[in-house]
Amino acid sequence: MRWRYLALRVEAEDMFTSKELMDTIWGSVSKLYGEYGASRTGLALIDYDVEEKFVIIRATHTSLENVRTAIASITKIGNKPAAIHLLAVSGTIKALLKKTRH
Amino acid sequence: MKRIFADLHLCLNLRELEQTAHIIRKTSQLGYRLIAVPFLSNVPEEKLAQLQSLCNEVDVDFASRIDLKPKTPKELLNSLRNFRRRFEIVAVMCDSKSVARQAAKDRRVDLLNFPSIDFRKRFFDKAEAELASKSFVSLEIDLKPLLIMEGPVRTRLLSYLRREAAIAQEFHVPFVLSSGVSEELLLRKPRELASLASLFDLDASSAIKAVSENPVAIVRRNREKLDSRFVAPGIRVIRRGKDCEEM
Repeated sequence: MRWRYLALRVEAEDMFTSKELMDTIWGSVSKLYGEYGASRTGLALIDYDVEEKFVIIRATHTSLENVRTAIASITKIGNKPAAIHLLAVSGTIKALLKKTRH
Repeated sequence: MKRIFADLHLCLNLRELEQTAHIIRKTSQLGYRLIAVPFLSNVPEEKLAQLQSLCNEVDVDFASRIDLKPKTPKELLNSLRNFRRRFEIVAVMCDSKSVARQAAKDRRVDLLNFPSIDFRKRFFDKAEAELASKSFVSLEIDLKPLLIMEGPVRTRLLSYLRREAAIAQEFHVPFVLSSGVSEELLLRKPRELASLASLFDLDASSAIKAVSENPVAIVRRNREKLDSRFVAPGIRVIRRGKDCEEM
């Protein structure tokens, strides 16, 4: 299985737990592509810096475009207004951190 | 050459200057280099200049836009006569079939926009596309409704957009993807807007064009036409006065 690592930035006034964040991403993927489509994404949280609102998630390379679209369609996290922007995508965490200079 | 990304439909509340400045800064951070803001027909010149300077501060090009909402084709023609030379972009919000048809065949119109909630008023069919393709009118799709709608309404909107996108591609009608948003948290990066278009089966390269090349081409073309040296497409005055040689 080939993975893609995605660096994300959460924009919101409030802070969110990693569970709230991942539930929102899973929910958005399920809404747009159904449970079958969501199950093929292999989504997993790799790292979440709550202070900096910086997130790294993992998805299968075949589902990258679907995950990208689902993330762009998020407008709320746990009923609070928020946006999630994709900063970079890479095949390894090392290269991803280099791209985002984190 | 670096791609220029544009959002031709940024709905700003011009009375709230601080919020406006904040949103403009945000568009710059997200990677846009050209934005257009719809104005009322009687907008004072100072307001335009103010917005222009806000955009200059963050290195964003600014284009003025008017959204015409005529009730009849005759009203549309009158509005075009009055406002075409005052604004860089003219969009028509098509509320009736007759207005949509008139707008699609008029070269002075840049963008056709259809209501997202009232599906019966989405008149972009093959006849409309054929007219639009002959007069270089583009189809504008605001992506705000896709972000704020949920459930069956969004599903239905996606189904309409898919049909319209296919028709537009069949008749080579250019697309423009715009945000149509007024709140900062609904702003998306250009590539994120493009990825949302995959929901109605627009391929990636067409979607990227719809947030870069297509909107930029409209603004360039209109600026050339509004230039005092413009005579006709491809013909412009390059020198005036006594130093011009007589034939």
